[in-house]
Amino acid sequence: GEQRSDVCDAALLEAAQRDKDPVLREFLRLLALCHTVMVEDRGDQLVYQAASPDEEALVLAARNLGYVFLARTQDSITIRELGRTRTYEVLAMLDFNSDRKRMSVLVRDPQGTIRLYTKGADTVILERLRRRGPKETLTERALDRFAEETLRTLCVASREVSEAEFRAWSRRHGEAAVLLQDRARELDRLYEELEQNLQLLGATAIEDKLQDGVPETIQLLKLGNIKVWVLTGDKQETAMNIGYACRLLTDDMEILEEKEVSSGPTLPSSHSEILQAHWESNNNLSGSGDAPCSSHLSQQCPEAPCHKRRAIIVSGEFLDKLLHTGEVQKEKKGWPWRWLRCDGAEASQDQADVVEKAFVDLATSCQAVICCRVTPKQKALMVQLVKKHKKAVTLAIGDGANDVNMIKTADIGVGISGLEGLQAVQCSDYALAQFSFLQRLLLVHGRWNYLRVCKFLRYFFYKTFAGLLAQVWFAFHSGFTAQPLYEGWFLALYNIFYTAYPVLSVGLLEQDVSAKQSLEFPELYVVGQQDELFNYRVFGVTLLHGVGTSLVSFYIALWAFEDHVGTKAVGDYESFSVTVAVSALLSVLVEIVLDTKYWTVLSLLMVTASLLLFCLFSFLTQSVDAFRIAPAIFRFPDASRNALTDPYVLLVVLLSLVVNTLPSLTAHAFSAILGRGTTQQRIHLKAKRDPEPSVELRSHVPRGSFRRRSSYAFSHQEGYAGLITRGDSLRARATHGT
Amino acid sequence: QIDYTGTEPSSPCNKCLNVSWDSTSPCTCTINFTLEHSFESNVFMYYGLSNFYQNHRRYVKSRDDSQLNGDNSSLLNPSKECEPYRTNEDKPIAPCGAIANSMFNDTLELYRIDNDTRTPITLIKKGIAWWTDKNVKFRNPTGDGNNLTALFQGTTKPVNWPKPVYMLDSEPDNNGFINEDFIVWMRTAALPTFRKLYRLIERKNNLQPTLQAGKYSLDIAYNYPVHSFDGRKRMILSTISWMGGKNPFLGIAYITVGSICFFLGVVLLIIHHKYGNRNTSADIPN
Repeated sequence: GEQRSDVCDAALLEAAQRDKDPVLREFLRLLALCHTVMVEDRGDQLVYQAASPDEEALVLAARNLGYVFLARTQDSITIRELGRTRTYEVLAMLDFNSDRKRMSVLVRDPQGTIRLYTKGADTVILERLRRRGPKETLTERALDRFAEETLRTLCVASREVSEAEFRAWSRRHGEAAVLLQDRARELDRLYEELEQNLQLLGATAIEDKLQDGVPETIQLLKLGNIKVWVLTGDKQETAMNIGYACRLLTDDMEILEEKEVSSGPTLPSSHSEILQAHWESNNNLSGSGDAPCSSHLSQQCPEAPCHKRRAIIVSGEFLDKLLHTGEVQKEKKGWPWRWLRCDGAEASQDQADVVEKAFVDLATSCQAVICCRVTPKQKALMVQLVKKHKKAVTLAIGDGANDVNMIKTADIGVGISGLEGLQAVQCSDYALAQFSFLQRLLLVHGRWNYLRVCKFLRYFFYKTFAGLLAQVWFAFHSGFTAQPLYEGWFLALYNIFYTAYPVLSVGLLEQDVSAKQSLEFPELYVVGQQDELFNYRVFGVTLLHGVGTSLVSFYIALWAFEDHVGTKAVGDYESFSVTVAVSALLSVLVEIVLDTKYWTVLSLLMVTASLLLFCLFSFLTQSVDAFRIAPAIFRFPDASRNALTDPYVLLVVLLSLVVNTLPSLTAHAFSAILGRGTTQQRIHLKAKRDPEPSVELRSHVPRGSFRRRSSYAFSHQEGYAGLITRGDSLRARATHGT
Repeated sequence: QIDYTGTEPSSPCNKCLNVSWDSTSPCTCTINFTLEHSFESNVFMYYGLSNFYQNHRRYVKSRDDSQLNGDNSSLLNPSKECEPYRTNEDKPIAPCGAIANSMFNDTLELYRIDNDTRTPITLIKKGIAWWTDKNVKFRNPTGDGNNLTALFQGTTKPVNWPKPVYMLDSEPDNNGFINEDFIVWMRTAALPTFRKLYRLIERKNNLQPTLQAGKYSLDIAYNYPVHSFDGRKRMILSTISWMGGKNPFLGIAYITVGSICFFLGVVLLIIHHKYGNRNTSADIPN
């Protein structure tokens, strides 16, 4: 990055400035010299371009401590040490590769001494030291502590090389460099020869700085029954380290790498391995629960008896081999072939499908999946696979241009606006600023919105049935002549003004548990995954409820009015209509009042507004003046006033209201008392269990040095040193200073 | 209530059963009945019809409210909704429409029989319609209220009426469109079995009951045929309280629902006591 982090340990800085300790001097000099970073001088700033962020971090650290890497040519490096600019002649660059796990530079400093500076993984450096004294032991202890904190470590060492030795070696090096066969092996041997008897200078540790809150977010998502897969373009070691850093992988997980997933060098047998394992696992699953895991197919233990936590790590090439072969075969068999060899073509397509399905099944049975070195196309392919073979909703989150494919393929695409630009944000459905906001997006807002939509739908169906089915019942008594029971204006305004606003406020603002509790109990998220709040059963219940309400509203009014005479309401059509309308409307409003769990000012406002609007519009449309203006439109002059001031009618309305409210009030009371609501149940269940250990970045297992995970900080590939020595990546520039 | 349709041969009105609307000589019949108890306070007299679908959709639409409101242009040009009762022999019908056409035109008179003397009981025909109806919704065409014949010039009576609309009553404020019987009929009923207010019997003084127990006779001018659609006609005498006439449904319903509520309340209280406390005690952490 471009940030100039001037955060530095004050003691270290002071020690470096004092320049008393030769070891420290060499250490910092090494940091500034032994790397493959390119530098560009932009005005007053020095911009470093490194093959991996680790190298850049080390060079920046050296700069902050006073040893600035200034310029580089094909065979020299210029650094400024505490104000003094010195140019070192680069005699050889011994490049990094994943077997050697180290890199070195052989430089001649301005005084003429030849030194070899090496940095690499602690295992390989510690083997090649001249002696192991108390300083070395101290360094080893420090490395242990670093590894415990899941930092990636490097050891740095150096030694002095005599002229004679250098000349002899250089001659052999020149010969080996032009060999036609076994060049790499020869070079490796030569490097090995040179890098012996090193003097340990120190150790560095690099932290994979994750964004704030990433481990906690991932934990919460996993608790909410969301499977988390990591698709990255980094190499496997880096991906694994990050996996451990964010607690996606834990120490008690069994890591399945590529070789275990498909053991077999040739492709067809790898397919058949997975296929066979898949069939076997299926058969085992249908059998009894105590089948032992078959030994050679260790990855296909059926889930029921073996509750091992597993993680699978695959790389992009492996995915290519596994999943694209089927595609290639399909392409070969074109249209005419299909006629001749129908079953063959279908079989291969089916086989590809089966392989895909087997892979997806295996992957979803693991707690974590990490795919490294995947191309953007493969990222989209992974998402597609999950969507095709599992009926799951997929969410893809990324922050770079290489994530655009997968963001578009997934059901929900989330882009993080960050340092890499805004392409991910522009093509996504949701844009966040940090990864940790995902937990709020999903667990709080996602869940609330599911709840709100379900309540909204339920209520909408209910109120339509409850209000308007009464007309169907009236048809039974009106000779089936489609005479509407309600006044035309009531029908028109029922859905717009009288009942729409309270449910709108429910749909906007309803919460069942607070935000804090939603984050504390991610298990509540399962409610949405299992369609619990709106499915056929819920719809059926709503339908019945609405039908029941309408029946009650209508028939109570009917029996009350039958052959009835009153002081004002005389059993006529308009009074009857008003009675049924008012009882239905009030019942429906009371239902939404009961249903609203989270009262805000808006909800209260909406309910009162609905009632007021009802009164207002009834008054307006039934006023005498309106009738005078347009008698054909306003057909019910004074109907409400006449009817509703009759105490009999009021009693009828009250009765219908009570009878309508009883069932849902009882249901609410039951669930409240017995705590049967799903949310409360889950909360109680969780509270009874032991609290989960808080997410920490440290592991509690102390590790001996031989069990230390080799997490060294080289995250690029080999070849960069070659680029530099050949001058391919350098521009001819005049060097600054002396 | 007295059913006087006359379907049974023993009924005195059997002879009038098949009267049609255009018979010139009215058919009268008399039914005697006995009141067991005296009726205190105001007594309301209703006529009731059964199996008469005044809530039929086409029927309900068949009226012209602006004509009934006294609009002169609508008087001579009634709305299309009134078809087929809109014009008769090229003259517009006032009032038009099927509702008006089927107006109830039986005349009922009540006599008290007191040792072979029949004393008529005064029936008041004003105050039976809604105030808004009489004064707002139904208005005669503008003009001299006393000479309604001239106001209704150019129109003709509805087909099934014996007399034109301006001859419904001699009193000018109960004649024409604002005749209260007409208004009561035009206020369509909601259900196929309904009753409409016909006359009021006012209380004379506080000492005597309005209708004493005893024998009464009802004289009917049977003009309204209902037999063709299996309808029935009744006369109902009723007193009303603030809650309306005799309809036990509401009282029974309230008692039932009230007891259900009470019962539910008790049950929920018991359940809350037994299970609610148990649940909350489980939340206490150890």
